[in-house]
Amino acid sequence: MDLKLKIWRQSSRDAKGKFVDYEVHDISSDASFLEMMDLLNEELVEKGEEPVAFDHDCREGICGMCSLFINGRPHGPDTAITTCQLHMRKFRDGDTIVIEPWRAKPFPVIKDLIVDRSAFDELIQAGGYISASTGGVPDANAIPVNREKAELAMDAAACIGCGACVAACKNASAMLFVSAKVSQFALLPQGKIEAKDRVQKMVAKMDELGFGNCTNTYACEAECPKEISITNIARMNREFFKAKVS
Amino acid sequence: MSKRYYSSLTKKYIMALMGLFLFTFLAVHLSINLLLLFDPTRVLFNEAAHFMGTNLIVQTFQWVLFAGFAIHIFYGVVLQIQNWMARPTGYKKKAFSEESVFSKFMIYTGIVIFIFLVIHLGNFFVLKMQGDVPEFNNASVSEMEDMGLLVVNLFHNTGYVIFYVVLLLTMGFHLDHAFQSAFQSLGLNHRKYMPFIKGLGRFLAIVLTVGFVSIPVIIYFR
Amino acid sequence: MAKLDSKIPKGRLADKWTLYKEYQKIVSPANKRKIDIIVVGTGLAGGAAAASLGELGFNVKVFCIQDSPRRAHSIAAQGGINAAKNYPNDGDTIYRLYYDTIKGGDYRGREANTYRLAEVSNNIIDQCVAQGVPFAREYSGYLDNRSFGGAQVSRTFYARGQTGQQLLLGAYGALSKEIKKGSVKLFTRREMLDLVIMKDGRARGIIVRNLFTGEIERHSAHAVLIASGGYGNVFFLSTNAMNSNGSAAWRAYKRGALFANPCYVQIHPTCIPVHGDYQSKLTLMSESLRNDGRIWVPKKKEDAQKIQRGEIKANDIPEEDRDYYLERRYPAFGNLVPRDVASRAAKERCDAGFGVGKTGLAVFLDFKDAIKRLGRDVIEARYGNLFQMYEKIVDENPYEVPMRIYPAIHYTMGGLWVDYELQSNIPGLFVAGEANFSDHGANRLGASALMQGLADGYFIIPFTMQNYLADQIAVGKITSDSEEFDQAEKEVRERIDKLMSINGTETVDSIHKRLGHIMWHYVGMARNKEGLEKAISEIQALRKEFWTNVRVPGKTDGINIELEKALRVADFLELGELMARDALHREESAGGHFREEYQTEEGEALRNDKDFMYVAAWEYTGDDKEPMLNKEKLVYEETEVKQRNYKTA
Repeated sequence: MDLKLKIWRQSSRDAKGKFVDYEVHDISSDASFLEMMDLLNEELVEKGEEPVAFDHDCREGICGMCSLFINGRPHGPDTAITTCQLHMRKFRDGDTIVIEPWRAKPFPVIKDLIVDRSAFDELIQAGGYISASTGGVPDANAIPVNREKAELAMDAAACIGCGACVAACKNASAMLFVSAKVSQFALLPQGKIEAKDRVQKMVAKMDELGFGNCTNTYACEAECPKEISITNIARMNREFFKAKVS
Repeated sequence: MSKRYYSSLTKKYIMALMGLFLFTFLAVHLSINLLLLFDPTRVLFNEAAHFMGTNLIVQTFQWVLFAGFAIHIFYGVVLQIQNWMARPTGYKKKAFSEESVFSKFMIYTGIVIFIFLVIHLGNFFVLKMQGDVPEFNNASVSEMEDMGLLVVNLFHNTGYVIFYVVLLLTMGFHLDHAFQSAFQSLGLNHRKYMPFIKGLGRFLAIVLTVGFVSIPVIIYFR
Repeated sequence: MAKLDSKIPKGRLADKWTLYKEYQKIVSPANKRKIDIIVVGTGLAGGAAAASLGELGFNVKVFCIQDSPRRAHSIAAQGGINAAKNYPNDGDTIYRLYYDTIKGGDYRGREANTYRLAEVSNNIIDQCVAQGVPFAREYSGYLDNRSFGGAQVSRTFYARGQTGQQLLLGAYGALSKEIKKGSVKLFTRREMLDLVIMKDGRARGIIVRNLFTGEIERHSAHAVLIASGGYGNVFFLSTNAMNSNGSAAWRAYKRGALFANPCYVQIHPTCIPVHGDYQSKLTLMSESLRNDGRIWVPKKKEDAQKIQRGEIKANDIPEEDRDYYLERRYPAFGNLVPRDVASRAAKERCDAGFGVGKTGLAVFLDFKDAIKRLGRDVIEARYGNLFQMYEKIVDENPYEVPMRIYPAIHYTMGGLWVDYELQSNIPGLFVAGEANFSDHGANRLGASALMQGLADGYFIIPFTMQNYLADQIAVGKITSDSEEFDQAEKEVRERIDKLMSINGTETVDSIHKRLGHIMWHYVGMARNKEGLEKAISEIQALRKEFWTNVRVPGKTDGINIELEKALRVADFLELGELMARDALHREESAGGHFREEYQTEEGEALRNDKDFMYVAAWEYTGDDKEPMLNKEKLVYEETEVKQRNYKTA
């Protein structure tokens, strides 16, 4: 298939960016979206132009490195996948595809389609862990964990930290990301010990980094490649309330 | 705005609590207004209005209500400004994917409701304060104002009725998102009960909107 | 010639690690603050090591090429992690886990290292549970296990199909805690381009390129730990992440570290088959699928041909015309034979013309019977996310149509040579995880990579590194302001300038693809003398072409993805040759190394224990000079060495 692409190009963090039009030809419908981008870049390099910079790594939907706002949606028109798992059969011959970087104040564009997501690392550093040092922990089966809660914790822990929730949210809010981590640990007995401290520190950090507020639009859940549920946000709201009043 | 006095979550609690409080206000307001439909003589309505206007508890509570509105509006605006600041550069192309579509327009429906509130207060409250309301002579209680007549007169003005109905529909959209959203903000989301809460929210939004809309429409055509 | 001292402690196999720990030297808390350690890589091994060393009080600098430590490719491991907990009461012991691992590796791993791996495996599970890793549980609330290839007990702990992700996020959490505390300093989007060795022969620092700004940076420390993963991407198409590369290890090799057993490459049997030229990577479907899926090809060649032409579908072939070749050939283990055996069996069927799919290079993995036996719900709960992933890529529903799979490059057992302490032959250079060679021999069992990464990171490096550092406290701060650093930086800059100035016509990827073809054809699943010799000369020619005709556009400052790739491919072009040389010299078949000349009449791998029971550790002697072979003899003191047998066992 032949496609027209409108791609955001920006040479550096401070440079002004703009959309540039490209065309690609003879793309197989079995190719992945990023393989289509590879072909475009291969052509650009052959012409001596600079290839389009975009983040990607594992190409199997788990590392969370790939991003891209494709035709108005993070990770493109399919659901429950990342951009690297998007295949060209989701498009039609002659389509124009608009490709933009994630847009949020805490995610500045560094080059073309690459944004700086270190804000997510800072959020985890604020408390997104259980402070168990190596060694000196009890046998793994010493504390039984309710299976249903363990499953819910796993649902939340499936987050890949790609930032699609922030990108999709009309407020660029990081509530789904933060709440997934808060929930995972709040659901497990091992995580309960630091629960109060964790939720307050992570929320404070989230506000400090300049993410927007949650208006319960639920775009995050709809666009999350791992289908993280907004019930995690509600759980975080509860956890926060408990922490504040007790 | 860089220093946040309350965390985003606290602000959301306040928004939610005030919002739910305003729901109760709307319910009371509607039930009194409906008296106009069930009693064309306006006796019940005027008595209720008189009670609301003179009872000390209600009068005190009125200020709580004003405060509720003010806080809800204030934080609504603060949160919105922060939200706009969180995305300085927008997208060229955006496809809808939100589950709660009306939530996208809460600030706009909110602003419309605010304007409506001002006009509404101007039409009734201010007139009442100035003592410009005609006497009601058909009652057992003396010195009662005929608020009902004021309403009925206003609702015979075609332009005003259309304006009123349109604004009430806007309010309906606001309420549709608001109810379940308040529960979510308060952390009261449970996979068993959330569908019920969502249903209840939509039901309340429809009942309140249809209820309020029915009054001018029925009076206009009566 | 480098002297190889494996430093295996004395004593019985089961006592070695305890004895080592009792006699090793340690650094006192006050002195730990004075010691700097560099960790390259933030996967399971690097992340866990950096976090643990930080907890101990060392000053750690940790480097990753991605934008966050959480993206390291350990995250993609699906199936699980082994441990000898024996929770299911099915007869597992530390020795059995050790024995399965050493046997699975075709007796080409180091006994003491592998035993220690099994020994600390239980601590790993305890640690991860304490970190909040949401492992699968039974209704009782206790941990669940599943079985995996190469074992007859259920000892694999798992978190759905995302075990690697959950373990990595656990280590990332521990690392984040230390970063917050200030004991670990994080450097993201940095790629190690050289190792700096002082005149006294000790490794004291690295040169990295900041992938954001293009700046060349110097970092000094008392010791360097490389945990940069494997080199599977030398094949271009592999299950590795796009940015996974062998450069950190290769640069250490070129500075004198020995590279051991480079030819041991694991081909994973259950990957989605190649479907086009434009393809950038191969997607692995977890080996756990073989628990319930049955692998087959048509019995009749004409059926296979009809399927290849698209005339009939898998479901059109009646039961009696299906050849469940693994169950037929290996009745004891059936579909759960080790990876190398399963891969070769698939290749054997496809080469004989029984393959399916358009290319004929695929076999079926069928869940029909499992769905009938257990119900669709159970299968969905076990493999739902894998099935979904398959459907997204291939556009076929595996609940209804059998999956098509084919082996693909997955893991490299070879790596930098290390002793029992995980220290290379260069003092102060430690190597952990997939980047070293030590624990898996010639073939790695499923669910053992995660085990090794975390064992090295949490429980081995923090002990053994101290033994080295104990006498380093008097050295004082290491400065990067020295001749050695000057020289190393200069060489890095020259290499980059050279690449930028070639300005030829070939893109980096096109050369990388050609290298991949050579590697896959001659140094892939089956190798022979003639092919390997051909590979060596073709790689040499390709390397020449690369250095005269590659095109790297853009500038050296700021992000330049083509330059990043060019630097990696330049190293792959050398590493590939060493792999071929190693494969050529090893005149036997063992694990992931299968020489067609050395097989039994039934087509099974034929080891030569008499001549080749050693680690081949290659030493760099100069560009375009043949590397020198060092041998570390493998001694099995307490292990009976047998021919691997998965038929009757």
